[in-house]
Amino acid sequence: MEGDLAHIGAGLAAIGSGAAAIGVGNVAGNFLAGALRNPSAAASQTATLFIGIAFAEALGIFAFLVSLLLMFAV
Amino acid sequence: MATETTAAEGSSLVFHPMDQFIVKPLFGDGAIAWYTPTNVTLWLFLAIAAIFALLVLSTSKRAIVPTRMQSVAELAYGFIYKMLEDICGKEGVKYFPYVMTLFMFIVCANFLGMLPMSFTTTSHFAVTIPLALAVFLTVTVLGFVKNGASFLGLFWVSSAPLALRPVLAIIELISYFVRPVSHSIRLAGNVMAGHAVIKVFAGFAAIAVISPVSVLAITAMYGLEVLVSFIQAYVFTILTCVYLKDALHPSH
Repeated sequence: MEGDLAHIGAGLAAIGSGAAAIGVGNVAGNFLAGALRNPSAAASQTATLFIGIAFAEALGIFAFLVSLLLMFAV
Repeated sequence: MATETTAAEGSSLVFHPMDQFIVKPLFGDGAIAWYTPTNVTLWLFLAIAAIFALLVLSTSKRAIVPTRMQSVAELAYGFIYKMLEDICGKEGVKYFPYVMTLFMFIVCANFLGMLPMSFTTTSHFAVTIPLALAVFLTVTVLGFVKNGASFLGLFWVSSAPLALRPVLAIIELISYFVRPVSHSIRLAGNVMAGHAVIKVFAGFAAIAVISPVSVLAITAMYGLEVLVSFIQAYVFTILTCVYLKDALHPSH
């Protein structure tokens, strides 16, 4: 029974990945919007884009970590 | 439970999507001790062999007009060098060998993992956590050696209002120590999740009605995974550069 509840919790924690997806989409979408306004400046900012994506994604990774812990460690 | 048994009876092609990540001894089925050669050992060595072939063997002739392999090696070198110089400045170039090693190792391990029936070493936390911890320790030690106690200024945001600074210091401190966690789990999590998704679609391929759709989905996912393999290696390297920059220039 306890294991079943942990699996439900793991599924709920996976919702966090969806939230991270919104964040990553925001970063990439805004980058594209800016890049189309000033394409000449876009190439120099791709590194910043990936750093932003990485930081937005990190919070989703914590959700993934929680669900991993619930699946295998509880 | 009931669904699992019916699925197992329905076809002989049923497997668990996480089966591909099981660590097995190369010879026999004995217990795994720290010295046992396993499939992880094999694929780690193959990754090193791939780096050696790409960077050492292909450039050994030093042709003026580069061969295909030599131009790939030169491209990788220039790509990482420029990235490090853009982020850390001239001072960071000293640490280029470390950053280049990290990038080449991760990218080769990821791409070797894309081969069918291969073992993806970077999908294991046991491989990525030491990589991230090494970066974390290097950067922390380097920060203190280069700046002394003023490295702690990294946590004291001098541009913020005075009342907010203690709160920000705590947040900065937490985010500093969370770095190796997110750094390692990002790589392993992305690679593992992608490979598991491919295996899930492969499981659907056994059902005749949706088999063409599933093969198409595997192909599409495979293409995406090749992209992800490269991007995750790139992200790991670029974050290493950013952390290195914090150690070299801690003031905000």
